[in-house]
Amino acid sequence: MTNSIPEIEDTDCIFLIGSNTTEAHPLIAHRVFRGKLKGATLIVIDPRKIQLTLQADIHLRINFGTDVAFINGLMKCILDNNWHNPEFIDERTEGFDQLRKSLEGYSLKRASEISGISVEDMVKVAKIYATSEKSAILYTLGITEHSHGVDNVKSLANLAMLTGQIGRPSTGVNPLRGQNNVQGACDMGGLPNVYPGYQVVTDDNVRAKFENAWNAKLSNKVGYMIPEMMDRLIDGSVKGMYILGENSVMSDPDTHHIRRALSSAELLIVQDIFMTETAELAHVVLPGACWAEKDGTFANTERKVQRVRKAVDPPEGAVPDWKVISEVGKRLGLNMDYSSPSQIYDEMRKLSPSFAGINYERLESGGIQWPCPSEDHQGTRFLHQGRFTRGKGLFHVINYRPPEEMPCADYPVLLTTGRRFAHYHTRTMTGRCPTLHNEFPTPRAQINLSDAEKMGLKDGDLVKISSRRGELTTPVQPGDIVPEGSVFMDFHFMKANPNILLGTSLDPVSKTPDYKVCAVRMEKVIEQNSATQSITEG
Amino acid sequence: MEYKFVRTTCPYCGCGCEMLLEVLDGKLVGTYPSKSGSMNYGKLCIKGWNANEFVHSPDRLTKPLIRKNGTLEEASWPEALDFTAKRLAEIKETHGGDSLSFLTSARCTNEESYLMQKLCRAGFGVNHIDHCARL
Ligand code: SF4
Repeated sequence: MTNSIPEIEDTDCIFLIGSNTTEAHPLIAHRVFRGKLKGATLIVIDPRKIQLTLQADIHLRINFGTDVAFINGLMKCILDNNWHNPEFIDERTEGFDQLRKSLEGYSLKRASEISGISVEDMVKVAKIYATSEKSAILYTLGITEHSHGVDNVKSLANLAMLTGQIGRPSTGVNPLRGQNNVQGACDMGGLPNVYPGYQVVTDDNVRAKFENAWNAKLSNKVGYMIPEMMDRLIDGSVKGMYILGENSVMSDPDTHHIRRALSSAELLIVQDIFMTETAELAHVVLPGACWAEKDGTFANTERKVQRVRKAVDPPEGAVPDWKVISEVGKRLGLNMDYSSPSQIYDEMRKLSPSFAGINYERLESGGIQWPCPSEDHQGTRFLHQGRFTRGKGLFHVINYRPPEEMPCADYPVLLTTGRRFAHYHTRTMTGRCPTLHNEFPTPRAQINLSDAEKMGLKDGDLVKISSRRGELTTPVQPGDIVPEGSVFMDFHFMKANPNILLGTSLDPVSKTPDYKVCAVRMEKVIEQNSATQSITEG
Repeated sequence: MEYKFVRTTCPYCGCGCEMLLEVLDGKLVGTYPSKSGSMNYGKLCIKGWNANEFVHSPDRLTKPLIRKNGTLEEASWPEALDFTAKRLAEIKETHGGDSLSFLTSARCTNEESYLMQKLCRAGFGVNHIDHCARL
């Protein structure tokens, strides 16, 4: 996030796109409610009638996967009506002329046809967003989990820069990260192109610094992202893989492909706390410790580094993951002899200017938001104050591309996926919490009431859903949450995991798979009873 | 009897709510929201309130496993660690560091992600490290 979570309640306009906040980020939703109570206008842009649409001042039911067309439409309205912020654009950005030019001939009527949002609504929302004193954009995977996710994100950045709604409190472009420490895994260089602190691997000076510190020869080539790793496992150019705490078989799209990739490995090492579908394929399984059994830090979605503290011992035989990794490292001759996580943190911060001022002692009195360059620095509540990290903010001309796979005669229904409030990812943890399990014991595919009537389906009836890649059976939940002609599924249950159905079309830059749009066929299951049993056992 | 509260951060979503784990004789018995947490000021969602429930699950893995003749068999820690390091080194030796890939976890701590990428980069001279950020 460019800004902080508490700031949300002091904004004048909350522009929430592709985020089912009440289910995925309940305590951020809480700030949204408080913001609304304090008088902010809440605009929700989502194809589904998610819970927040009930509180929204404006709900725009955008067609799936058409965000770029819609955002370009908003920018066109803003420019046509002079609602943009020329001082901000002059002082802080570059590339504006190209953007303006690209939008000159842009047809609002066309944008409206593609996105399903009327021109009047576009004008109305553009005005509120642009002319409010402080407007904040919040988004989640509904924006990024597309084969054009990077385009979506850049479009939102364009919108914020065009109106100067960034670099001040309660504004900004704010991705809400899903898992507890996605932010931290990125921060720590768990990415193929950067070392800790987002220092790029292709920079000679940076690399020399790490080579010195680690006493090793390092590569100046950007490494593989997950999809490339999987493809290379299949073609044999990658032979071995070491997976820490990820259940790839369940969480990655196109389950068959992933299973094939991991089964082709000559060496698969999996370190986890439970026997997962992925661990079952491993050559070595190493039992780790969970968050309550070890010391460390997490970074939340507002870049705040916070302590994780050991409360209990791991079960006998399980070992904290930092110890396991350093034991492997030591055996390979690396300098990885650590007596505590705080020692590891100290090594990291000496190499990473963004975290240099954070240490365990300071964290005792509360979390610190990076960048925090020195020990007397208070941390950074919101980014881009006065200037952007790269100097000037760059506008990108983005053209709308339809999703790779749209409904057709053979697969007429649009499938989209997401999570449910009581569960977390592949349920390795929440499925074992009796309270959560009872809240939500079986999968449910949401369909529209009118589709249900046409097919003669009532709540809990089973349907077979098939795509070009696979098929599954699931009970349905008819209602008005999803629009006609579409179905929403969560990915928490193995027996009805929509990843089997999803394609492998990827964003060309970020390699994010398209979890949000795929074409399927839906048929009523004739033998309801026997099939029900096999689902509820899953 | 030992009874205490340990302040920590929720393991589930990116909100990063602060919580207190209730510990009785070395076992977790409850979870409470932290009142002073600037993020959640005394509140948690249903996942957070029940965060302690999976920790003592009987399904937890407690023995390293090594695949022998097609099946995963229990092994000692020294054996599993030696095997892991030996096989990684062998593959690097025969096929080069480029033939190895690493996934760190958005569930683990910062310190553990730091170590995973260090292992990958310093140990094998490649940048083939990623995690589920995009998923
Ligand atoms: S308590 Fe709920 S909202 Fe807070 S971090 Fe945990 S899962 Fe997220």
